[in-house]
This record gives sequence, structure tokens and C-alpha cells, in this order.
Amino acid sequence: MLELVARLELGPMFRALMRNKIGALLIALQIALTLTIMVNAIFMMQERSQQMARASGLDETNTFYLSNTVFAQNYNLKTGLQQDLQRIRQTPGVVDATQINAIPLSGGGWSMGLQTKPGDDIEGTGTAVYMVDEHGINALGVELIAGENFQNSDIGWREEGSTKWPPKTIISQALAEALFEGDWKNALGKTVYIENHQPVQIIGIIKTLQAPWNGWNGVERSMLVPQQLDNKGSRFFIRTEPGRRDELMPLIEKMLAESDRGRIIRNVTSMEQTRDKSYQEHQATNTILLTVIIVLTLITGFGIVGLAMFSINRRTRQIGTRRALGASQWQVMRYFMLENLLISFAGVILGAAGAVGLNIWLVATFSMSPLSPVLLVIGVVALLIVGQLAVSYPALVASKISPATATRGRA
Amino acid sequence: MFSYYVKLAYLSCKRTWGMTLLMVCAIGLGIGASMTTITVNYLMSANPIPHKSEQLFYVQMDSWEPNNTYDDNGDAPTQLTYRDATYLWQAQKAKRQSIQSGMAAVIEPADKEVLPFMVQGRANSADFFPMFDVPFLYGSGWDHQADLKKERVIVINAELNERLFGGKDSTGQTVRMAGEDYKVTGVIDRWNPKPRFYDTSTGSFNDVEDVFVPFSLITEQKFGRSGNTNCWKPTESGFQAFLDSECIWVQLWVELPTAQDKDAYFSFMNAYAKEQHQYGRFARTDNNKLRDVMQWLEYAEVVSDDASMMMAMSLMFLLVCLLNTVGLLLAKFLGKASEIGVRQALGASRNDLFIQHLIESGCIGLAGGLLGLILALLGLEAIKAMYGDWIRDLAQLDFTLVAMAIGLAIVSALLAGLYPTWRACQVQPSVQLKSQ
Repeated sequence: MLELVARLELGPMFRALMRNKIGALLIALQIALTLTIMVNAIFMMQERSQQMARASGLDETNTFYLSNTVFAQNYNLKTGLQQDLQRIRQTPGVVDATQINAIPLSGGGWSMGLQTKPGDDIEGTGTAVYMVDEHGINALGVELIAGENFQNSDIGWREEGSTKWPPKTIISQALAEALFEGDWKNALGKTVYIENHQPVQIIGIIKTLQAPWNGWNGVERSMLVPQQLDNKGSRFFIRTEPGRRDELMPLIEKMLAESDRGRIIRNVTSMEQTRDKSYQEHQATNTILLTVIIVLTLITGFGIVGLAMFSINRRTRQIGTRRALGASQWQVMRYFMLENLLISFAGVILGAAGAVGLNIWLVATFSMSPLSPVLLVIGVVALLIVGQLAVSYPALVASKISPATATRGRA
Repeated sequence: MFSYYVKLAYLSCKRTWGMTLLMVCAIGLGIGASMTTITVNYLMSANPIPHKSEQLFYVQMDSWEPNNTYDDNGDAPTQLTYRDATYLWQAQKAKRQSIQSGMAAVIEPADKEVLPFMVQGRANSADFFPMFDVPFLYGSGWDHQADLKKERVIVINAELNERLFGGKDSTGQTVRMAGEDYKVTGVIDRWNPKPRFYDTSTGSFNDVEDVFVPFSLITEQKFGRSGNTNCWKPTESGFQAFLDSECIWVQLWVELPTAQDKDAYFSFMNAYAKEQHQYGRFARTDNNKLRDVMQWLEYAEVVSDDASMMMAMSLMFLLVCLLNTVGLLLAKFLGKASEIGVRQALGASRNDLFIQHLIESGCIGLAGGLLGLILALLGLEAIKAMYGDWIRDLAQLDFTLVAMAIGLAIVSALLAGLYPTWRACQVQPSVQLKSQ
């Protein structure tokens, strides 16, 4: 070990560093801060990317929806709705359509609590509520993994202001797991309670269907309720054959708008647009974080280049002397590379502590989750490599200094 | 002397242009990033109604479940039940009070060629307009009697007035909305408080509504409510049952000019809670809140976590850039040791040298600051493009911010230059001259 230290000239290198403490300290501090920021920024990006990668359960590429707002007086809402749905379903290229009260990931919707026993003082499990008819599952493109779909006879009208719930429901696997202690298969056929006392039977389970709120920790919990609303404002959710969505969106909007002038059709939006909008802030934040990481690394890298160039300029004569005394080009280069490694090492140790510290603060202030150690290790290695890459050019310049410089005066 | 030093700084920077460029870029990037995030945070946490924010209070009453508090911190709900809000409003115990909720309806323009369209509105009581100093282009709001008599009156914004009446004074005209005629009492001039403090429940930075109608009309059920509704207790079917329910969806603001007014109103609220407690409501009678505008905005957390996190990150980024600059300046000034030695030998005092090099750092700081300002403008444009419409008014530099950016740049550069300058002045002339 000692032999290695002697061979790598660590002793003289350390003493030389001590003579220019401030310069070395500045680089080490820069590396430490860079690591602190980099690791936490990457971690924040990862968290967001994971959220964005979650499946909504819908056939996102082939679905869209629109709002239908009735303003005419004496408008027969029930007949109007049935006619509209029939017209949409008969349009060539449409797979299926349903009326729905809320759109997944859109930010606005209904939620209720479900409980396995009736009673006032029981805290229910929160879930998003989607009111659909027997076409709901097909129109959304969700996968039924157990039980059965609603029948046409199950579908009832929900009058405005009603608080009565129909006796059947289809729930998402995540909701089933939350209600029945992780055993979702056990949920099928069971009765649960809504509004504390009203019994509802689970007749089917769907694999995934996300709630309207992407930031909610129960986003995977949702239930389908066999009801149609006779409100003045309603939404139709439409699924098309693959590749025909963009062509059908304006077509159906026009068809509906012209078929009846007592209402307006608005917000014709595809599910893909809804997803983009839903995660717009996540996406933007990630872009900014990525830019910060890149620029920061560049600044630190160039800072290392600048300071190394300066220190080499100042030591031109010493380097020349060393060369004249028999040091090879490689030995000179190695000296500067190692010197940088030594400084970087001090920097990353300090930076690792800083990264953990910043993370603890972020966790406490912004309810983020704790950092993964693997990421920290990757960050450390990455910065050591950046340091080596940055110093390699100045080191190369140093190695090219001619031994003759020693005998000349100041360059 | 000053201009001579600036000239020296220029020559020195030109000689080591690579290093100078690096320093200017580092400061510029650091300032640019910080100013971008500081701007967004500064505007997000701005006081939207500075002259009376301490007199306007948001009323919170804890009508929530007996066994569970509304949120994990045990705070009172963020909205009121219809019955509590109307009781407090009808009591008229404050100088002014605005009971309100969101609404939406379809407007049918008189011109049959124009398609009907949807508007977002607010159902509020008469005091809303004088309380929040709403500026009027034409006419005014309605009076308390109109609230009580449920008159079909409407206040519209300038944009809608342009669309419906071609921008002319439309007071006295009618607007057909949700199948009924509403008489226009006033047109609001440009008014877009950010944050939209009077209702943070549906987007703190949303634009002001298109129309305003009396809150009392809500019971007529002609137009739809909008906004958040939260219920903890099952209710019977029907609208009357909903109005009588424990669902929270109404907001109440009160204007209380003095501390005594506030205390009196708070006692009044608590007395009401105690009275209701006797009928089996208000399990927690001492958990009511009266927050003024800034306290309410802080409680409602209108400054997003992302924005504060970014600001923390960018300030650390600026610190890295400054460390970088310190290192490079140090290198640069020490590289001039022989020149400094010569100057000293020719009679320059340490003081002269100190000022000379501080000016050089200051110039680099100024250049960096200007670059930073440009980068901040670009950064804000990028933020507008990436985050969408709602951030539009939060990504604008005003005079204060521009001054702050330049100040920050110069102060940072001088701070960064301080140590290297001091080191440069420690140069021993004899040593330098000997080594020549």
C-alpha cells in the first residue's frame, strides 16, 4: 500500500495541493454541490416519470369525449340522450360509446366512500365513481378480469340531486384489494356499502381504471355504476376503430351539433390530449430539471478545465524540470489526472452527505420519498468520470510541455 | 480614475477571453435560472389586494364529522355548508360580507346567427364588488335588495361585453342566460387578481369569471353550480335536502376594518357554533378560523411545491456558478501577479489595486447580469410554453425584478471577486520583480 502511495507520488501531490488550498477547495465544493443537486434532481425526475408511466386502463389512442350542454327549455333529456348515443354508435368507425359523468385523469370527478359493513362511524375506502351504461366497459376499453358486465336492465336513471345508488357495481382490482385486504378475487359477489348504509353488490372486477385525479394516492381505485344522468350537462365517451379517432372527432361533433340546436357540443378532446394536459406540469418540471443537470455539469466541467489550465500555466517550469529529470509524458499526465481524482473524491464525499441532507429536507418540506442509495452511487461515479474527462485536456497540454522549458526563462 | 480602471479591466478580460467568457456565462446562467424561479415564486406569493388584504377575512367553520377532522392537521373545512353560510351572511354582522360559489350557464346571444356558448361565472352577494374593489367600466354592481328579492341582474366582464354588445355601455340591456333574461347592472373593467384569492378552490391562478349573478338565485336551480362539493354525511335526495345537508360548497368573505371588529365577529361565529352544538352539530366548537387574505393564501398553499423546490434548486445552482467564478477569478488575478508587482513598484497603493480589481469583478458581474436577464426572459418564455395558460401572468418580469436581477448579479460578482482581489493585493512586489 505504502509502496503504491509512493509510486503514485501521492505525498508530494498532497503537499502541492496544500500550497494551493483554496483552489482545490473551490473545485471540491463545486463538485459537492453539483452532486447534491444532481442526485436530488434525477430522483425528482424519476418519481415523476414513474407516475406518468402508470397505465390509465383505457384504450387511450382510440378514445375521445365531448360535453353536451342543453340550454333549450322543455328539452326531453332522456330521449335526447338515447338518440345521441344511438347516432354515435351507428356512425361507421365507432366501436362503442357511453354517457359518463367524469373523465379519467381530467382533474374533475366524483368520489365516494365504500365500506364492507354498514354503519355511520366506519371510515370508508375512497373511490372514484364513473356512471356508465352496459356499453361502458367496451367504450372505455377497460379489461373485465372477473365477473360480468352490466345488463341493459341494470341501467337506471339518476335524477338530478338524487342520493340513491343502484344495487350493482363493477370495481377496479386496486379497489377490490383495498376493500378485501389484498385478496381481490374474494371481492366478487360480495356486498359493500355506499353512503354508509346502501348495499351494493360487486358483480365484476376490471383490471385498471384510473381516477380523475393523478395526484391522489388512491388513483387506481375506481368503480363503475350502472346509471345514466338526465342532467343538462353530460359527457359522451367514444371509442373508435384503430387509427380513425382524428377523422371521427370533428365528424361526430358536427353531426351532434347539427342534429339538434337546443344544445351545444363543446370540449371535444382525445384521451391523449387529456393525458398530456394532466401531466403537463410533470413534463415541464422534468424538462427544467434535466436542463439544470446538464448545464450544471457543463459549468463544473469547464470550471475544472479553467482552473487546471491556470495551475498548469503557473507550473510550466516545474513540469519542464520534471520532464528534464526523466519523467515521461504519461507520468506528467497521470499526476494531473490523479490530482483531480483526489480533489473530486473529497468533493463527492462531501456531496453525498449534502445530497442526503437536501433529500431529508425535501422529504420533510414537500412530502417526497427518501432517496435510493443506488442513485447516489451512480451520481458519485458519474461525477468522478466528469472530473477525469474535464481534466484530461489540460493534463494532455501539460504532458506536451518540453523539457527545454526548464532551462529557459519564464515562458 | 474610474474610467481608466474600466479600461484596464477591459484589456485584462480581452487577454484572457476564454476565462472571462466562462465566468460571464457561469454568472449569467446562475442569475438566469434563479431569476426565472424567483419571478414565478414572487408572483405566486404576491399580495393581490395590498391596500386592504388585512381587512378581508375568509370564514372557516368546523361543521365536519364528529369523529374525523377535515384534514390531517385538524384544521377547519375550507368551505361552508349552505345553511351556515346563509345564516352568517343574513346576520350582516360585518361591515361587508360576500357569500359566493362558482356557477356556469349557457348564454344565447340576441343575434341568432351567433351560436350559444358556455360561460363560467360566480354567484355572489352585492358586497362582493365594493369589498374587493372591483373596477367598473360601466355601471356598478347590484344592491342588497336585489339579493333579497332574487332579481335577475348580472355583471359581465369587458370581454363578454365586447362579444355581446360590441363594447358599448350595456347597462340596462338584457342578457339571455340559462333560458332567462338578466338585466346588466355593470361591466367590469380589466381586473385579474393573481392569485385569484377570493376563490382558490378551483385553480388559484385562474382568470376572473365572465359573469356575476346574485347568490340567492342559486336556490332557483336555473343555472348549474360549479366548484368543489364535499360531503361527509349521507343526505336525502332532492335539492332542498342538499341545501339543508352537511355538504360544504359555499364560501364567505367578510370585511372587518379594525381588530375590535375582527374580535367581535370571531365571537359571533363561535357563539353560533356553540348554539348549533346544542342541536347536535359542530362537534368541535372552538375550531373556527378567520384568516386574512395573506394568511388564507398561505394556508391554501397557492405557491406550488414544484415552484419552491425549483427555486431552492436554482439558488444552489447560482452558488455553484459563484464558486466557479471565485475559482476562475482567483486564478486570473494570481496569474497577473507580475503585473501587480510592477504596478506596486510604480507606486500604486493596495487601495488602488483593490479598487481596480473590484471594478474588474464588477464588470464581469454586470456582463453576467445582463446575460442572466436575457436568459431569464428566455426561461420565462419557456415556462409559459411548457406549463400552459394559467402561468401566463406569473411569468413576467416587472421593474422590481429586473432591478433585482442586475443587483443580484453585481452583488454576487463582487462577493465572488472579494477574496481573489484581496489575494491579489497581497502580492509582494519584490518577489515578483526578482523573478522576472
